[in-house]
Amino acid sequence: MPSPLLGRDRVKVLARGVAQQAKRNLRGRTRVPFPYAAPPIPASVELPEANRNIGGDYETDWARRPSARVARSAIVETMLRPAIAAVAKPERLGTDRLKALDPDQPAIFVANHHSHLDTSLLLTSIPHQWRYRLVVAAAADYFFDKRVKAVVSALAIGAIPIDRRSTGRSSANQAADLINAGNSLLIFPEGGRSPDGWGQSFKGGAAYLAQRCEVPVVPVYIAGTGRVWRKGQKRPRPARTAVVFGDPIYVNESDNTRRLNARIEAAVASLGDEFATDWWQARKRFHDGSAPSMTGPDAASWRRSWALGDRAARERRKPSWPN
Amino acid sequence: MELQKPTPRPGLVLEVDRSTPPILFHHGEGFRLESLPAGRSRVLYPGEPLNPIEDPDGAIRESLLNPIGEDPLPSKLFAGMKLTIVFDDISLPLPPMRRPDIRQRIIEIVLDLAAEAGVDDVHIIAALALHRRMTEDELRHAVGDRVYDAFAPSGLLYNMDAEDPDEMVMLGETSSGEEVQMVKRAVESDLVVYVNINMVSMNGGWKSTATGLSGYKGIRHHHNVDTLLKSSLMDHTDSEFHNRNWRQGDVIKAAGVKIFQVETTVNNNVFGTQGPMSVLQKREWEWSARDRASFLAMQKGLQVMPNKARRRVFQNHLAPYGMTSVQSGEVEAVHDKAVGHMMEQQLVQIEGQADILTMGLPYLSPYNVNSILNPILVMCLGLGYYFNMYRNKPLVREGGVIIMSHPTPIEFHPVHHPSYIDFFEQVLPDTTDGHKIAHKYEKQFAEDEWYRHLYRTSYAYHGVHPLYMWYWGSNAMNHAGRIIIVGGNVTAVRRMGFTPATTLNDALEIASDVVGPQPTITHLHNPPLVMADVV
Repeated sequence: MPSPLLGRDRVKVLARGVAQQAKRNLRGRTRVPFPYAAPPIPASVELPEANRNIGGDYETDWARRPSARVARSAIVETMLRPAIAAVAKPERLGTDRLKALDPDQPAIFVANHHSHLDTSLLLTSIPHQWRYRLVVAAAADYFFDKRVKAVVSALAIGAIPIDRRSTGRSSANQAADLINAGNSLLIFPEGGRSPDGWGQSFKGGAAYLAQRCEVPVVPVYIAGTGRVWRKGQKRPRPARTAVVFGDPIYVNESDNTRRLNARIEAAVASLGDEFATDWWQARKRFHDGSAPSMTGPDAASWRRSWALGDRAARERRKPSWPN
Repeated sequence: MELQKPTPRPGLVLEVDRSTPPILFHHGEGFRLESLPAGRSRVLYPGEPLNPIEDPDGAIRESLLNPIGEDPLPSKLFAGMKLTIVFDDISLPLPPMRRPDIRQRIIEIVLDLAAEAGVDDVHIIAALALHRRMTEDELRHAVGDRVYDAFAPSGLLYNMDAEDPDEMVMLGETSSGEEVQMVKRAVESDLVVYVNINMVSMNGGWKSTATGLSGYKGIRHHHNVDTLLKSSLMDHTDSEFHNRNWRQGDVIKAAGVKIFQVETTVNNNVFGTQGPMSVLQKREWEWSARDRASFLAMQKGLQVMPNKARRRVFQNHLAPYGMTSVQSGEVEAVHDKAVGHMMEQQLVQIEGQADILTMGLPYLSPYNVNSILNPILVMCLGLGYYFNMYRNKPLVREGGVIIMSHPTPIEFHPVHHPSYIDFFEQVLPDTTDGHKIAHKYEKQFAEDEWYRHLYRTSYAYHGVHPLYMWYWGSNAMNHAGRIIIVGGNVTAVRRMGFTPATTLNDALEIASDVVGPQPTITHLHNPPLVMADVV
């Protein structure tokens, strides 16, 4: 039989026991449970293992640095978007069609052109995946003729100079290099704003770049910006606008630049028809070749103006949820 | 260089040990983390979302041009024909998917082909059967604004009305005496294109048309206790429910109704791979610090929210589903292939049955989209759907215990579920026996003029629908020795004939009365959906 502890020994043993118990209690109380702490891992699983610098020669590389892109995003969100919302009240349709595109691949956005607002409107409409790496083809003779304008254009809208007065290769090469480097491109192939409300025939630049870089083209129809701020108008007048995105157009093996350009123009025209009537009517007319052209009747200017009145947009109802 | 997407991991059966973290249980519009007993518990995890088809529109077009057992769709379209496009209603997929919905993609391509062929007479119909009508928002979400704006204003896109005597026709009877009823426009059409989304193996096949386009007279022959008692709803190779639908399909074929079936499957990317909800489809031991922070923020935030706000948060969630397959053509061949693709995503093999099956029930069933999961639907979700997610044999042995976790509030959506309220207040206090309910109450609920009026003109489920939901749980109720609901409203749980428990430990304690001490446990980690192949 073990001898009983006496005196100081007994006190020592008791003190050690109390200390151990206190330590155990403290440990239990301070152990942070999942999900506040990292989870334990079950024994049976394994964890799994990402310089002339003006006009067509203006150097815009600086405007595509990350800091400039962030600044541009801030300008778009804090200045352009509220301004566009105030004067243009845009309705954005067909963005779901862009989901067919690979967001990591560049695309060429091709739109009709009525107003200086078109670029800002599209910059606030094109989804972020493409907008962050978007360059805008802008007339070198207009947007890059002065240094201040060039800096502002390159920074605020990501513009690159396109020389529209000559068919030199430098603009096309620059645009192609940028696309090949992963940038998307916004281009207005009519070459300038509409002088009378009707569209103009598309030039082949967008089709050429799409073929050369093998990237899809997204047709876009813009409606109403001509009413807000048409060519020659001094200040904008608020009105409703719309942006309609179409299905991406992919380059076929059988396409040459001319045929592809015609397909792009027809697609934009069909979006205009879809906006003016409805999708079903537009598709039927697209297939039977009776879709109205964007360029309007080949007639005297007054008759062209008169015919514009027929293209009134439909009223859209707001969705509602019954109580 | 294009980066290759990682191969998704298949489903997993986890043997719970002392190092297993607490397991996520969905609990209505909330969550619980529960520790399962080590050494005798298993958790059935779904596989990771399969990589979706990169070009869904291209795949749909390809499928329509190269159908199974049928000529290409364009060859069936001609000027002057009557074309009817029918699509699955709001009950699919769950939760509703982000735009563009697969139905929109398919319908637009079909319409494009129809436009090319010069087809003018087109009707687009939501196949409701006895479900509630879809609202304008819901229709727009399903078919897209372009299709809606082009067809709905002229009355060419609409919800079917199974109680309109002028719009429904009887096609005949099967060899077993089951009547077959169908929407008249579909019967009179030169071609019916059925646009389907398969979420569970019960969807699709002849059920799409034999049930989806039918009314009470046709549906009552398989939505009954005797049919549903016999087998799992989800095992289409061994399901009396399917057999009866397939027999009705034979009558539809014999009546000359030409159906071009388009069936699609989606992956199980319910909560996405990014964003705060993505944590809900990760395995608990892989939760990163960010996942845990998201989960805690979500859980604490939901706890302080009023019920209505909580419900709105969840009901607004749209799943980023990706389409994993599309097949079109002859109904049965198409369905077989679609089910094969679905099983690639959902099927997980597990050995043997357990004494206890546990499951956390989320906020959503097919019948409460933009609505409330009332007690009847809680029962239907757990016992009708989740219990039946098996092949061969149930996850729990006969006489075992089913433990479900859900708050089960006594709340009903008065517009969507008016007859559910009367069922809960008048029928369940009288009896919970499916046969007795059918005998005593079915005719009354099915033919009630007020319910009929609400179904036709408001947004109410058909009067007989709550009874069908009750029948849906027949197989489980017949199979299990006891059914326990953790954290549920005691009155609601008791009225349904189940046992309430406050915590999972209490529930396991109660269960030991039935299955003895130290029972084996299988937890169905669901959603995303997982189907057990019990061998």
